[in-house]
Amino acid sequence: MQHEGSVRQNEIEITEELTIPKLFYQQATKYGKDRVAMREKEFGIWLPITWQDYLENVKYLALGLISLGLEEGDKVAMIGDNRPEGLWAEMATLCARGIGVWLFQDCLIDEVKYIIDHSDTKFLFGEGQEEVDKAISIFNECPKLKKVIWDDPKGMRNYEEDYLISLKEVQQRGRELEKEKPDLFEEMVNRGSGEDVALLFYTSGTTALPKGALLSHHNMLTMGQHLMAVDPCKASDDYVSYLPFAWIGEQMMSISCGLQVGYTLNFPEEPETAQENIREIGPHVMFAPPRMYEQMTRTVQVKYLDSTWIKRKFYEFSTSMGYKVANLKFDKKAVPFYLKILEWIASITVQKKLKDHLGLSRVRNAYTGGAAMGPDHFRFFHALGVNLKQIYGQTEVAGISVVHRSGDIKFDTVGHPIPGTEVRIAEDGEILTRSPSVFLGYYKNPEATENTLIDGWLYSGDKGFIDDDGHLVVFDRTKDVFTLKDGKPFAPQYLETRLKFSPYIRDSWVIGDKKDYISAVLCIDYSVVGKWADEKKLNYTSYQELSQMPEVYDLVEKQIRLANKDLPDVAKVLKFTNLYKELDADDDELTRTRKLRRAFVEKRYADIVKALYSDSDAVHIDTTIKYEDGREARIKTDLQIRTVRE
Amino acid sequence: MVGSNALNQGDVLLELSDVHMSFGKVAALAGVNLKIRKGEIHSVIGPNGAGKTVMMNCINGLYHPQQGIISFKGEKINNLKPYERARLGMSRTFQKVEVFGGMTVLDNIRLGRHIHLKSGIVSGSLWAGRTSREEISHREFIEEEIIDLLKIESIRHKPVGMLPYGLQKRVELGRALALEPELLILDEPLAGLNLEEVEDLARFILDVNEEKRWQVTILLVEHDMGVVMDLSDRVFVLNFGYTIMDGTPEEVQNNPEVIKAYLGEEDLYATRG
Repeated sequence: MQHEGSVRQNEIEITEELTIPKLFYQQATKYGKDRVAMREKEFGIWLPITWQDYLENVKYLALGLISLGLEEGDKVAMIGDNRPEGLWAEMATLCARGIGVWLFQDCLIDEVKYIIDHSDTKFLFGEGQEEVDKAISIFNECPKLKKVIWDDPKGMRNYEEDYLISLKEVQQRGRELEKEKPDLFEEMVNRGSGEDVALLFYTSGTTALPKGALLSHHNMLTMGQHLMAVDPCKASDDYVSYLPFAWIGEQMMSISCGLQVGYTLNFPEEPETAQENIREIGPHVMFAPPRMYEQMTRTVQVKYLDSTWIKRKFYEFSTSMGYKVANLKFDKKAVPFYLKILEWIASITVQKKLKDHLGLSRVRNAYTGGAAMGPDHFRFFHALGVNLKQIYGQTEVAGISVVHRSGDIKFDTVGHPIPGTEVRIAEDGEILTRSPSVFLGYYKNPEATENTLIDGWLYSGDKGFIDDDGHLVVFDRTKDVFTLKDGKPFAPQYLETRLKFSPYIRDSWVIGDKKDYISAVLCIDYSVVGKWADEKKLNYTSYQELSQMPEVYDLVEKQIRLANKDLPDVAKVLKFTNLYKELDADDDELTRTRKLRRAFVEKRYADIVKALYSDSDAVHIDTTIKYEDGREARIKTDLQIRTVRE
Repeated sequence: MVGSNALNQGDVLLELSDVHMSFGKVAALAGVNLKIRKGEIHSVIGPNGAGKTVMMNCINGLYHPQQGIISFKGEKINNLKPYERARLGMSRTFQKVEVFGGMTVLDNIRLGRHIHLKSGIVSGSLWAGRTSREEISHREFIEEEIIDLLKIESIRHKPVGMLPYGLQKRVELGRALALEPELLILDEPLAGLNLEEVEDLARFILDVNEEKRWQVTILLVEHDMGVVMDLSDRVFVLNFGYTIMDGTPEEVQNNPEVIKAYLGEEDLYATRG
């Protein structure tokens, strides 16, 4: 909390009356033309958008929505990549007194239909042709949907549906409305209070259909303020917005924090260029789910394997120094002088360059949350000198409730509650949270609300405990805790993240609740293993074929032995198989934030599970897989079952 | 860019009349007549060895036919060299990709602009005056439109030789587009691509033909009948140097002679998915 004093000066006072639109209007008029609110890379160039541009775009869009018939409390859904227009749409919705709903960009048609219909969405903002196609295919089944708005004209030349309208046309309508009622926008912005619903956010749901969490303006604003009280940001900071807006973490950074601090949001050119664009920007703060950090680790490991002998030696030296220093810091011990010098050498020879390549050269605070992250990945970043912190949060608290403090990081915990937040553990171990950011309830689901919100406490469904230093330890989803053969509880995620530290393994699924031994179903990383196979001159034509090669099994077995090291025998992976495909959210195997839907995969791959606990050394598969465009393909193959040798 | 062209939509852009081309005693083209109208996608199909590539080579000037007239925008071009025809507004891609593997994607595309640079060697080497102005305006053009159109932002600075074949084909299309052609000749653009790459490229071909910014007339040589029938306004059927017919996709599909010569053979009626 050492920073709290400094942040107080710039801190926004959050009254009961303050809403996101009011704060937005206040900030935009304050910064005006002089400050860049957002940047987007287009046609290879970073194009700045000032606060004034931001305000004007939002204003005409909001008025346009009103002229199309938006009324107070109407839902407006958004789907598309991260881009300024997406945020304008959200802000315009709020300014026009509507409620914002975000959908994941890669949602399949059924999911889009469910959310649009369930949320009673009236207007849908889609980015371009892909989203418009999705909207057209559900339009007739969602009677409450009135208009579909698009902003990217590519491929939109042959559409004639009268409910389609471009964002520019909506803004034009807004301009016309302004001529009639010049003060309408300001009036709308000034209406309302903090307790009004701002967003309707659908939780990814590892177990059931998505539930819509209602979040108020006050929830969002207090969230941003409390996080910034722990780790203040400056108005001159840069943030890269590339994770889905449908993820609450991105809302927290782009809206809750971004609006209060006034830092610049940067939007990548295309999703594929995000990593490159992050490097160009060099953000000061970063918040991403573990998979992003896992990907970075994998990139470094692969490049290491690829590089020359001398470079490898330098890298080995610098990481060993980094690990030593990081471990001392984790233990809160002083770093001896000689080690400081060696670390400095490591820093100027390797770590600085590496951080630059990863886009981490200016990062003050990097956060990870949304799923479990393994200690190996965690150590890796601290050894590089990146101040990576765990957070713990959920949609229902509008972001996060617990975070590591700088200098007090333990990689098996998630840290202390942020200011204004109380955390306690129920008798059965469930984590309960109370704070001004706790949501209002689930939309059209009073039963779920009753089970989750009790006397102002949010029942998370996660289990955990508070350790001797006051850190919260999140054990795991309550339902996901295993009982091992010796009766001890065991969190499969721990082993799964350990396995994923191998660059060759992209996804892992550990099985073994109340069984005689632990087994694992693994998904190889196609590009890394593919490259490895190329170097070994192994021929393959598809993921399926590559995953089933005996040489690849040998490779994976070696990685499992590494992950098994230092674990008690009952917690070691004994048998495994390589899955013939990658786990995919389109097949409902993962949530949209890439969390494993354990119950679902156990049912879907029951044959594999059965085979892993029998004497057979192969399992026959005959199944269909689903593509994003809805097509299906049949797969027939045999999966080997391999026992890990000592 | 199309402004220089006085033709209206539907006017004949390219005309072949009675074109003969033989190699020794082998007649590759025996009196071919073809009219390509502005704004259309006109496909040429035919079995292997039918003379499709020879026809393309005659059109863009790699071969000079022994007999007949080839005219482009009403002008006889029989005696023009390939680069002169390119300057008139004709551009092509090849059956096997012909990109510069050691150069980046961006440089390959820029190379396509070279024909439109008018500055001389002196100002070029000093990068002053006209050269710098020209280069800046061309750079904007290239980056803003082709890379965006073909969705190759993420590989902009990658050497083309390192890219998968499907992307190399896309880069080649990008380079051909950089000429800002009025007629784009695509010689089997889909050969060797997987289903997803075919769908992407087919989409780009349509974009290039239909988007207001481009509206390029396309002459497409292709074996993938599914794509040909879906994309084309007209289909021209060639069989060992002779024209079988020239008509709409429906007419071609229902023509007994075509079916006999070509479509009827199951294995030749190759399409994906």
